[in-house]
Order: sequence, then C-alpha cells, then structure tokens
Amino acid sequence: MINNIQARLASALRFPLILLCAWFSVSAWAVNSLPGGPALLELNLQPPVTAIARDQAWLNDLLMIVCTVVFIGVFGVMFYSIWKHRKSVGHKAATFHESVAIEITWTIVPFVIIVLMAFPATKLIVAAKDTTNADLTVKVTGYQWKWGYDYLNGEGQGIAFLSTINPKMREFAAVGARGAPIPDNYLLDVDHPLVVPVNKKVRIITTSVDVIHSWAVPALGVRQDAIPGFVRDVWFRAEKVGTYYGDCTELCGKEHAFMPVVVKVLSDDDYTKWVAGEHQKLAAGSNASSAPVASK
Amino acid sequence: MSAVLDNQGHGGQVHDDHHAHAPTGWRRWVFATNHKDIGTMYLLFAFTMLIIGGAMAMVIRAELFEPGLQLLNPEMFNQLTTMHGLIMIFGAIMPAFVGFANWMVPLQVGAPDMAFARMNNLSFWLLIPAALMLIGGFFMPGGAPATGWTMYAPLSLQMGMAMDSTIFSIHIMGASSIMGAINIIVTILNLRAPGMKLMKMPMFCWSWLITAYLLIAVMPVLAGAVTMTLTDRHFGTSFFNAANGGDPIMYQHIFWFFGHPEVYIMILPAFGMISQVIPAFARKKLFGYTSMVYAIAAIAILSFIVWAHHMFITGMPVTGELFFMFTTVLIAVPTAVKVFNWTATMWRGSMTFETPMLFAVGFIFVFVIGGFSGLVLAMAPVDIQLHGTYYVVAHFHYVLVAAALFAMFASFYYWSPKWTGVMYNEMHGKIHFWWSMISFNVAFFPMHFLGLAGMPRRYADYPAQFTDFNQVASIGAWLFGLAQVYFFFWVVLPLLRGHGEKAPQRPWEGAEGLEWEVPSPAPFHTFETPPKLDPTATRVIG
Repeated sequence: MINNIQARLASALRFPLILLCAWFSVSAWAVNSLPGGPALLELNLQPPVTAIARDQAWLNDLLMIVCTVVFIGVFGVMFYSIWKHRKSVGHKAATFHESVAIEITWTIVPFVIIVLMAFPATKLIVAAKDTTNADLTVKVTGYQWKWGYDYLNGEGQGIAFLSTINPKMREFAAVGARGAPIPDNYLLDVDHPLVVPVNKKVRIITTSVDVIHSWAVPALGVRQDAIPGFVRDVWFRAEKVGTYYGDCTELCGKEHAFMPVVVKVLSDDDYTKWVAGEHQKLAAGSNASSAPVASK
Repeated sequence: MSAVLDNQGHGGQVHDDHHAHAPTGWRRWVFATNHKDIGTMYLLFAFTMLIIGGAMAMVIRAELFEPGLQLLNPEMFNQLTTMHGLIMIFGAIMPAFVGFANWMVPLQVGAPDMAFARMNNLSFWLLIPAALMLIGGFFMPGGAPATGWTMYAPLSLQMGMAMDSTIFSIHIMGASSIMGAINIIVTILNLRAPGMKLMKMPMFCWSWLITAYLLIAVMPVLAGAVTMTLTDRHFGTSFFNAANGGDPIMYQHIFWFFGHPEVYIMILPAFGMISQVIPAFARKKLFGYTSMVYAIAAIAILSFIVWAHHMFITGMPVTGELFFMFTTVLIAVPTAVKVFNWTATMWRGSMTFETPMLFAVGFIFVFVIGGFSGLVLAMAPVDIQLHGTYYVVAHFHYVLVAAALFAMFASFYYWSPKWTGVMYNEMHGKIHFWWSMISFNVAFFPMHFLGLAGMPRRYADYPAQFTDFNQVASIGAWLFGLAQVYFFFWVVLPLLRGHGEKAPQRPWEGAEGLEWEVPSPAPFHTFETPPKLDPTATRVIG
C-alpha cells in the first residue's frame, strides 16, 4: 500500500523534479558563500568586523524587533476584527467613530517609541563621524570605472595605485557568465586591493574626478559618496585579518556594476612587509630619485 | 434603473435634456471639457504608461534572472531602469491620481465640473507630447538617459540629447501637474455644494486638496533643478559641474526638496481613497475623521523638512544627519495614527470583502511593511548599510507599487460601477487581488534580503551569491506583470464594453457620499444646479 503510494507519488513528481534539478544545476551555480563578502541565501547584514558595523547590525536587529512587535499587534487586532466582525457571521456594525483620548494615546505612544529608538542611533552617528586621530589616512578617488588609492599619512605614506576589476570577470560577464563555472568572487576581484593593517584606525578620504561614486564595504560598516570637487571622510578599524568586499553604490555610468571595492586587512607584520615591498617597487620606478625609499 | 433614478430626482433628468448637446466622435475627446471624459482619458493614459513602464521592468528582471549579461548591455540596462522610474512616477502614478480626482472630486463635492474646464483639457493633452518626448529618448543618438530617475549631476551632464528631451518632457509634465493641482484646489474651495463644509468633505477630496498644494509647491523646484542641468549642458553655466566650481550636492538638495514631497504626492491621495473604501465595507463611519485630516496635513508639512535623508552618505555634518533623521522618523507618528484609525474603523464593523475591500486591506498590509522599512532606512547609522542597495528598492516598491497601486485598484473597483454603469465580475476581481498580492510579495520581499546582504541597486550584473533571491524576485515580478494583463483583459475591457450586471445607483451597502446620489453610470452632466444637502453632507435632499 505504502509502496504503491510512493510509486505513484514518485511517478507524479518525476517530471517536476527533473525540471527542478535541471533548474538548480543551472541556477545554483555551484557557488559558495564568500567570507568577507556576500553569503548564499543571506537574510541579514554581512558579519561585522568593526565596532561600528556591529552597532549598526545591533540597531537594525532592534528596529526589526520593534517593527515585528508593532506589526503583530496592529495586524493581530485587524485580523481578529476581520475574523469576528464580518457581516457573514452576523456581526452588526457599531456606531462609535471618535475618541479624543484614544487619538492622543496612539499619537503619543509611537512618538515615545521613536524617541527611544533615536537615542542609540544618535550615539552611533556621532561615533561614526569621529574621524580624528587616525593611524593611517588613505585618499580614495573614484574614476569611471575604477578606484584610486593614495596613502597620505601613516605607515605606507606615498604608496599610490589604481584598483580595477579583474578584466577576466568583465569578459565573463559579457558572455552571460557562460562557458566556465562562476568563481566565488565573481565581480569582486580586483588587481590591487586596498591594503590596511588590522586594529588600526583607518581614515578614508573620498573624492572623484568625474561623477559621483560611492565607496562601500558592508563588513566594515562604511559607505561614503565620492564626489567631484569635494572631499569627504569616513573611518573604520577592522578587528579581523581577512579580505572584505564592497561595491560602488552610486550609479556612475555604464560600468557601474564593475568597479568593486576589495579591502585586504593584514596583521601588523604582514602590513609592514607589504609596505616595504611597495616602496621598493616605487624606488625601482622610472623617477626613483624622487620616490620615498623604504626606511625599514 | 428608473426606480433608482426617482430616488434622487433631479440629476438624472437634467442629464437627459442635455445629452444631445454633448460633442461626439473624436471631438468629444480632443476638445473634452467634461471632467468625466478627461478623467477617463487620464486613467487610460496612466494605464498605458503602467504597461510600458511595466514591460521595461519585466526586461530588467529577465536580465537579473542570472548573473552575467544575457539580454542587455549595461548602457541599455541603465536606460531601462531610468525610464522605468520616470515613466511609472510621472506617466503612471501621478496622472492616474489626477484621473481619479477628475472623475470623483466634482461628484463628491456636488460641483457640476472642474473649475477650469478648458485648462483641464490642456493639462491632459500636454501629457501626450511629454510622454512621446520621454519615451522617444530611446530612439535618439546615445539612447535614453541612463542616470537613474533622480538624474544626478554630473552624470546627467554626460548624457546624450535624450537628456534634453527628458528635461523638456519634465517641464511639460510639471506644467500639466500644476494646472491639474490648481484646478483641484479651486474646484474644492469654490465649487462645493452649499452645506458641504470643509470638515464634512470626503477624505479623498481632503487628501487631494493637500496633495495639490504639495504639487504647486514642489513641481517648480524640480523644473528649476532640471533647467539648471539644461543650462549646464548647453549654455556654459556650472551650477552642478564641479570642474567649473559648481556643486553636485546642490543638485541633490534641490532635487530631493522636490523629491520627498513628491513621494507623498504619490501616497496621500491613496490614503484618501482607502479612507473611503474601508468605512464603506465596514458599514461604519471612518474613525477619527478629524485626526485623519490633521494627520495628512502633518505628513504634508513634515515632508518639506526631511529631504536630506536621501543624502545621508553624501557626507553631511553630524547635526545635519541628526536633524533629518529626527524629522524623518517623526513622520512615522501621523502615519501610524492613520493605520490605527483604519483599524479602529474596521473594529466592530460589519465587514464584507468585495474586491475594493480586499485591495484596501492589502494596501494597509503592504503599506505598513513599506513604512517599517522606511523607518529602518531613516535611521542614519543603519542607512549606511542599506543606502543604495536593494533594500531601498524593496522599500519604495512596497509603498509605491503596492500601496499606491493597490489603493488605485481598490478605488477602481469601488467607483467603476459609477463610471461604467456595470458591475465588474467579482470573481475576476478577487483573482486579480490574490494574484497581485501574492506575486507582488514574492517579487519584492526577497529584495529586503538582497539589500541587507549588500546587493547594490542599479546593477546590470551581480555577484553569484545573490542568484537565488534574484530568481525568486524575477519570477514574482513576471507573475505580477501578468496579473495586470489579466486585469486589463478580464476586468477593464469588459467594463469598457459595458459587459456585466447592471450597476445600481448605490452598489455598496455602506457607501456614503454624493457620488452615490447620481445614477450609474453617472450622467454626462451632474449637479448642474447646486444640490441641497442633508446635515451630514452625504445625501441630496432636493
């Protein structure tokens, strides 16, 4: 009996299952979550690696809880009413249509909730805006369609390079991402990532030479427009060594989707080594005489 | 029909006398001065634009079904997102609301027509060249503008000539909106029937009265912003061009000073509509009429001091961010009051759930979700994570597509018996509702997750980890698009052809208001002499 049902179910489901499998074999892309970047079927913010990003995530969770509670409250009442106060169950309409006391109450209650939620938000804004006492200052310049990084201050001063998407990714996109499996860092691979030391306050100064771009790295809790003719600043202190991925998030022309941000966070030692290497490269460059020489 | 006609006496008879004078053929539409004909044209125009803009969305969702570029190159993708936004906002939602106002405001206040009938004609017909210039951009060298609907400088300075035609198109549509707004204000303030005191007016009229003031206040601001863009492009000025000492951020300030009241222009009339539909089907008076009026006014006033919450990541000073965060979250208060009042109206009513009521409850449901995501976005620190991501896309589609569109569907089902004289098919209406409601949420709810996980908006391609939710969203979007095709062929067309049960004068048991005091379909001319109203201003007594 049970076998019979199973057989019938199986035969009934075979075709849709084959379709489903076929779909998934195309659609799942055999791609994995990218640590420091987007994860598969992620339902919430990316895992934070700075104090600011952690507080942002906390505030977002708090807001979600408040919203969910209010949502359930309001729609609980409404759906109870829809269930009980229908004409089809013989409910007769009441005639009340006014109450000053109730109106005042439900004006004040949301007001109080909002004021309470504004407190932690205010604290966080003030903290996120405090770009003083940075260990390292990097100028980020938006170009159509790449990023320029200039190390202005701190260890690594004088290093400067452009960061462009891996051209293979762009070619791969152009052919509809067909012909090879999609790598986990599809569209998120650049030739020269921004390299910074761990646990150091990094101040990012943004500007642009053409149109407005926006420099964003979710895991670091940073997003700042890069605006031609203006300099803006923002900061982060990454607490974990790793590679973190972000994007340009202000529409900047046709290659907008193809100017990713990659930030490599190194331990102090590794960072010092990297700086030395970069300085050597600079010294070996054509105008070696004017380039700063690595002192370590 | 005659039995129904006798009840209200006067209006129907007058119409019969005058019908012979009504223009016929193409003249009836091109030279239209009748608010009902103009309202019909507005609604048909808006629906056409909805389908055009919707078709663009379908192509966008097809491109985003998989990572990689399959159908579109990035230029074309950006053009489509831009035009989708502009067409939906200026071509579909705004004209549709004006269409409803044209049809219903004179009927609801007991006026014979709109105050300035010929200006009304002009304000409709201006939309046609405006739409042609807007959509024609696709066929100009360089293609349509690819700046996003916000047309941020200096990107707008890089666009081809379609940017100029779009700017002129916006000028024309703005002029049209201002004329429409003046007409509505003057009609409401001057042509109300004796006894129709302002605080007895139907909520739809109240919401439109306030919306019309918003339109007059902000459309010139938009015109200013795009005119400065135009002179920057061609006449050597540098308002926004940083290379010559201009200020790209100033563009955003001016644009959003228009843009934020604009989003309330697209939702306040919806509030008014819902405030009419819910009491009708709860068979109970609107709870807290006065506070509902005050809440709309409060939202309208607050809308002028919140604009820079669209600019939290341009690098505002701390005090600026705090100010705009506080004012923005403050809007949640009057908005919450409205939702509470609707709930209290339903409470202990005697409800039935015909299609207008389904769409009205559906409106509240999706509007509250969109409102909550708005509250989250208004919190400046969280906005740092969500700005420019799909979370924003989800947010404004919840409040604009779902809320504004669902409110219009609710009103369409509610008032179409009055317009056409026939009842829509209830089963088709219900299928349309459930199909739209479910597919809309399938399409747009996953976008919250995409945004939280960091997928930027206006991306022609995306990292492969975002594939699954994008596929769900695409499937939902196509189903939602199909639902509107169903709506046209199974609901709208039969009504236009007059197929269906004959509609009684007052098809809804609980419906109140002067529009139900005239026969169905509403005669060509109504309330040619001011009607005498009962003390509640909802009944004609002679």
